[in-house]
Amino acid sequence: MLKIENLHARVEDKPILKGVTLDVPAGEVHAIMGPNGAGKSTLSYVLSGRGGYEVTQGTATLNGEDLLSLEPNERAAKGVFLSFQYPLEIPGVPALTFIRTALNAQRRARGEDEIAAPAFLKLAKEKAAALKIDFDMLKRGLNVGFSGGEKKRMEILQMAMLSPKFLILDETDSGLDIDALKIVSEGVNALRAPDRGMLVITHYQRLLDYIKPDRVHVLAAGRIVASGGPELALQLEAEGYDKYVGAAA
Amino acid sequence: MAAVKETIDTVASLEKYEHGFTTDIEQEFAPKGLSEDIVRFISAKKDEPQWMLDWRLEAYRRWLELEEPTWAKVDFPKIDYQDSYYYAAPSTKAGPKSLDEVDPEILAVYEKLGIPLKEQAVLAGVEGAPRYAVDAVFDSVSVVTTFKKELAAVGVIFCSMSEAIREHPELVKQYLGSVVPTSDNYFACLNSAVFSDGSFVYIPPGVRCPMELSTYFRINAKDSGQFERTLIIADKGAYCSYLEGCTAPMRDENQLHAAVVELVLLEDAEIKYSTVQNWYPGDPETGKGGIYNFVTKRADCRGDRSKVSWTQVETGSAITWKYPSCVLRGEGSSGEFYSIAVTNGHQQADTGTKMIHLGANTKSRIVAKGISAGKSTSTYRGLVSAHPKAKGARNFTQCDSLLIGKTCAAHTVPYIEARNGHSVFEHEATTTRLSDDQLFYCQQRGLSQEEAVALLVNGFVKDVLQQLPMEFAVEAQKLVAISLEGSVG
Repeated sequence: MLKIENLHARVEDKPILKGVTLDVPAGEVHAIMGPNGAGKSTLSYVLSGRGGYEVTQGTATLNGEDLLSLEPNERAAKGVFLSFQYPLEIPGVPALTFIRTALNAQRRARGEDEIAAPAFLKLAKEKAAALKIDFDMLKRGLNVGFSGGEKKRMEILQMAMLSPKFLILDETDSGLDIDALKIVSEGVNALRAPDRGMLVITHYQRLLDYIKPDRVHVLAAGRIVASGGPELALQLEAEGYDKYVGAAA
Repeated sequence: MAAVKETIDTVASLEKYEHGFTTDIEQEFAPKGLSEDIVRFISAKKDEPQWMLDWRLEAYRRWLELEEPTWAKVDFPKIDYQDSYYYAAPSTKAGPKSLDEVDPEILAVYEKLGIPLKEQAVLAGVEGAPRYAVDAVFDSVSVVTTFKKELAAVGVIFCSMSEAIREHPELVKQYLGSVVPTSDNYFACLNSAVFSDGSFVYIPPGVRCPMELSTYFRINAKDSGQFERTLIIADKGAYCSYLEGCTAPMRDENQLHAAVVELVLLEDAEIKYSTVQNWYPGDPETGKGGIYNFVTKRADCRGDRSKVSWTQVETGSAITWKYPSCVLRGEGSSGEFYSIAVTNGHQQADTGTKMIHLGANTKSRIVAKGISAGKSTSTYRGLVSAHPKAKGARNFTQCDSLLIGKTCAAHTVPYIEARNGHSVFEHEATTTRLSDDQLFYCQQRGLSQEEAVALLVNGFVKDVLQQLPMEFAVEAQKLVAISLEGSVG
């Protein structure tokens, strides 16, 4: 599935990632934890192809296909989905329109037929209900005036509708109360599948109570400095990141 | 590097402006330049009565005394009014024609532009044939007007202005220049002297016009100006929806388009007037060429409870100077102005509206959306005024500007005058930049950069697009996207 080898990246002249190596096999959920400034968000942006990040060394492939040379939309069509820490507002574009436009763009890029409107609406109704999203909300400008929790649910809805192969969740728990966290986590867990991988980026262990990872990695100062099972997250929660920050420096 | 980089203005202009072709047909020109003789020449070409010629000559003499306005936020070299043709027409005999008499070359032009002139197809029930009447104006003359008979059956007059002067002089005499007087402004005055053709519409009392009316203006001849004159009269309780479209070939020289549109609304009348303006905007890289679009449009709501609505989608022209206005004279009359102005490359637009509240309880609404990209400048200029008698006047104004890239500019210049203590005016304005974050968000979901810009821009202009008749809204949406192609790199 996702293979990252010795990945180095910088923003302007500042190196952020300094040799990340990571392997997430299909069907697994891996968590990336780490202190602020460790490069967690940078990793998610580099994988999804955001402008402003320069890869200076290393590779990243999805099912053997190089990701780094592709445009962000090409990566999306290959199945990479990033759930944003701060989802953007798109005024005047209803969520339904937005998702349908995106889905059809991806399908075209893969040489598939566009989805028919009735099939799309049926799917949207079903998925929205599962996430307890009022369907009328999908007719309003995407994320405009939505609460933090609503925005995150909208991210999960998009994920469910676009049915990506590989999910990257960037601080999905930030700004969520406990009820919203449960709904969002259930939405993510519903997407667990043998042919799908996930990378869950989080600062706190709390999210991992709901989305159980197969592996946990500690990212500090641009490198993976420790890896382990779910128990590593609990240990971090108890001990903090101090020893890793020291070790990486 | 940021996703929205310096605007790339090197997109091949051919890709961007798809109506830039020229047509070789035999044409007849007036001698170059402007003089009383030229005014007489134009009037004679159109077999006009003496009163029309006198009207033109008076306008011409007044024009000589006027000075070109300089207050708009646009910048262009001085226009040499003697270096242009004021009359250009396909050289066939004058007078009304049936479709089979029109030069096939000209019909081919309209076909290429996607404008339906074949009413037979519609009458025969050919599937997908759009059902709206068209007056096709080619340079200085109207070449054909469709559906005249069907419209006449309900008393609607839809013909070229030249024909109206011949066939309906009493209406023309009564209303021409009654909304925009000859000496209203420099360009309107010039138009009054040399106007060539345009459309004339009269809707009799109580009649709801059974189909969309539209005029397509095409400038084809080199070095020529187009000076059309449109007059629409909606009698008591009448209704019509009218659309104008405009295109021109790509040429290195600037061409002048100075039109006047007058709308007259009597009691309880309603007119919806939509414009999709796609004149050649000039070379996106060098700024060379393009149309100077200096237009005066005004609606006079004379009757009580009359209602006028201007909707404009402005994507073309090198320079736009245009303020479709509403004079709200009748008690309880209302005016609306919905506008999308897109500028890219080196385009400059200074556009907006005037809402003049004269009568009591008059209402107006302004929604203006400006989108600037490339090295372009876009200015919204608007006036809302309430006179002492306009008690209970209400206005709502919303002006939003969207900037794409770092080398464009947007300005908002609202003037508000309330001369009584019983008016309520609201004004909202926003300026936003298309953000890298929004673009990346869309791209991450699978949209290409161009698709992302189109989607974001469409969201921005949605309120206005909804005001257009359905078949044109789709066209306008595409047009906006095409105009902004290559605006982010």
